Order: sequence, then C-alpha cells, then structure tokens
Amino acid sequence: MEWADEGTIIGLKAHGESAVILEVMTREHGRHLGLVRGGRSQKAQPVLQPGNSVALSWRARLDEHLGEYKVELLTSHAARLIAAPVALYGLATVSGLLRLLPERDPHPGLYEGLSVLIAHLDEPSLAPALVIRFELAMLSELGFGLDLARCAVTGSPDDLSHVSPKSGKAVSRRAAQPYLDRLLSLPAFLVEGQGARAPSPADLVAGFALTAHFLRRHLFEPRGLPEPPERARLVEFAARAMPESSTV
Amino acid sequence: MSRAIAGPEIERLIQLLAKLPGLGPRSARRAALHLVKKREQLLGPLAEAMTVARDRIVVCSRCGNVDTRDPCGLCTDPRRDDSLIVVVADISDLWALERSGAVAGRYHVLGGVLSALDGVRPEHLSLDALVARASDPAVKEVILALNATVDGQTTAHFITDLLAHLPVKVTKLAHGVPVGGELDYLDDGTLAAAIRQRTGF
Repeated sequence: MEWADEGTIIGLKAHGESAVILEVMTREHGRHLGLVRGGRSQKAQPVLQPGNSVALSWRARLDEHLGEYKVELLTSHAARLIAAPVALYGLATVSGLLRLLPERDPHPGLYEGLSVLIAHLDEPSLAPALVIRFELAMLSELGFGLDLARCAVTGSPDDLSHVSPKSGKAVSRRAAQPYLDRLLSLPAFLVEGQGARAPSPADLVAGFALTAHFLRRHLFEPRGLPEPPERARLVEFAARAMPESSTV
Repeated sequence: MSRAIAGPEIERLIQLLAKLPGLGPRSARRAALHLVKKREQLLGPLAEAMTVARDRIVVCSRCGNVDTRDPCGLCTDPRRDDSLIVVVADISDLWALERSGAVAGRYHVLGGVLSALDGVRPEHLSLDALVARASDPAVKEVILALNATVDGQTTAHFITDLLAHLPVKVTKLAHGVPVGGELDYLDDGTLAAAIRQRTGF
C-alpha cells in the first residue's frame, strides 16, 4: 500500500530512540499516523513540529498497518507560531479536537479550515474567532452541528441572540425572553450575514462558552476527557482587550 | 528463536544491558563480554557504583535534580545566584546547561513539558513548586530554558502566564543560528527566528 498526500502535523510521539510516530491531518486521508525513522534526529526535528505543512508519502505492506512516512517540509509554520502564546494555545486546542476524529476518515473541509486557521493563528485579533469557528465546524463534521440559521421557535432568521443548550438551535431575542437563564448567548459574529463586525472580547468569551457546552456534552464527556488546559488559556487571552479594527 | 549463548546469569546481564538507551541486543552482548573480561577493573567497581546509586540517590525536594543529598549540591552551593531560577524540562537539560557553565543560578526541573499526545497536563509538572519558589522576594529573574519545540514553547508561555502576577522578570532562551552553523544548511524556521531576533552589533 502506498500513497502521497499533503498534510498538517498535529502531534508526534517518540518511538524508541530514533523514530517518532507522526500524527498528521491530511487532505485526502484524514487524521493519519505513521512511523518516521530517524524522526528524532537534529535534521528532522525542525520539520516534524506540530503546525508545519508537509508533503507525505506513506507506505505499508497492509493497509491496516501503521506504515512508514517519508516527510518533506512545505511550510515551516511552527517557527512562526512558537513566538505567539495565542498561536500555541490555539494550536494545542485544535490539535486536541482533531485527535477526536476517527483515524483515516477524510475530512477535506476541516483540512482546509485548519490550513486557514494556521496561517492566521499568530494574529491575536483573528485567532480566537477562527478557533471558535473551527470548533463549530468540528461539531458539525462529527454530526453535532448547531443550527444557527433561523429561530427554532418562530422560524425567522432575524435577531437571533441565543442558542438552546439542548437542541443546539438558535432562538430569536423575543422568543428567548422567558428562558434567558437557561439559554446560551449567541454572539453576533457567529450569526450568518452578521459576521462583518469585529467581535468584542465579550463576544469571543460568549462564543467559547457556546462551543464549550456542546464540546463537553458531545465530545469530551462521552470519552471521559477533560477540557484541554490550553483552551482555558485561549479563552483568558480572548477575554482581554483586543484591537477593534480587524474583521473576521 | 535464538539459542542462549551463555549461562543464565550472563544472559540476564545481557538482557538488562539491552534495555539501556543506545544499546540493542548485539551491543549489549559486547558490553557484557567486555565487563566479564574486565571483571576486576570494571565489573566490580560498576556493580559497587550502581549499588551506591540505588541506595543513596534521591530527588531534590527543592529543584527536582538528582543527587545523593536533599537539598542537592546545586541548591546548597553558596556561590550560586539566589535571585535567578533556571527552569528546565528534564534533568538532562540541567546537565547540559551545567556542562556549558553559562549560568550560575538555581535550577527548577519541571519533569517534562505539556503534551496532549503524551497525556502530560499542568498537574503532572512541578508548576506549583515553581510558583512558590518564584514568589520568594529574593528571586528577581526566571529563565525558561525549554526546548524550541511547539510543546516546549507552549509550556514556556503557560509558565509565563502563571508567573505574570509576581514581581519577577521572565526570560527565555534565544532561537537562532548555532555556533558553527552555516546558513545554507539551516532550516527555514530557524533562519526566520534568527532574523526576527537579530541583535545590534
């Protein structure tokens, strides 16, 4: 068995003294692991860093084997990302989420989203909102997508302000009034057609709270996983004042 | 299936040596044979040294280094600078810095770096002890001497946030061109980091 593809490294683990098991989000083969011989060498280490974009060739005798990767660097994002805390917290958060995907299950949409995210992950004015959108995309890909297009009560697409924590459907401001204490806030930048305004720190915190609820319920708790500590740092980062000039 | 080439005692020695880093079954056989041949000069002293190490080596309760006393020699050395804590991921990093002789502060060994894939979370690292040590008014600077990897730098930023409320200066190691490094052979990421962190002549 053999194929060639491109991907973004999301993790690696030492295997023996000189090899690593590389975990890559590939364009056509989904989250895929493989052994890289000599992956702990000085020459290979700068290439095999999470966030880097790489060209891969994978080979194994049988399809179900772990197989071996040959890796070539396409873009060294890691060197740029390690200088920015928001980028590293964001990268750890999305890598942790991608790790919940079943292996070898293609998700080209998520791959494209990841590529865009990594290109802007070191921009403090963009990164938190992009991570929230990526979390929504992850929920959707795994079958737990939120319906933020129209009100679950009135069917209207106007003035959406909350989300039902049970159904994951949007609720308009008027319909939400009797249940405000039980509903989750829906920040305007996540509503279709209203994403042109730069989100405020409060919008970002509300966005993270919204996705956290559904991530916990559908992904973390059923697997007995705690929320990644880096995500909490990212939320703290987003809560601080940020430039208002950018558009997401 | 391979046949035993020596008695069970020597086979046991070979098996144990083969578990050491850098040694496989073949090199373990060579090492075992060498030890057996140099019984008086090498095998005996090695066995004694290992017994002493097993009985006396402890982990320093202050910094996480290993030594035969607690606190360790580095923590009790009066010539070292009490105002400086150098944070390292592992004891091997501490030894590397000591070999270089570049810094004469106190150390703090974290016991690893944050890694989701390896399941290393903040509670698995010696972070509370670091914050407690850095809270000492005598401490003026904390150097984060962690690997220039994504996991290493995530840990560094995490620690920086933890220490943000303390009146200490937090610094990190520079990233760039190694001594003897030729630009043509450097990876793009290191070159970019070196350009970003350029200094004036």
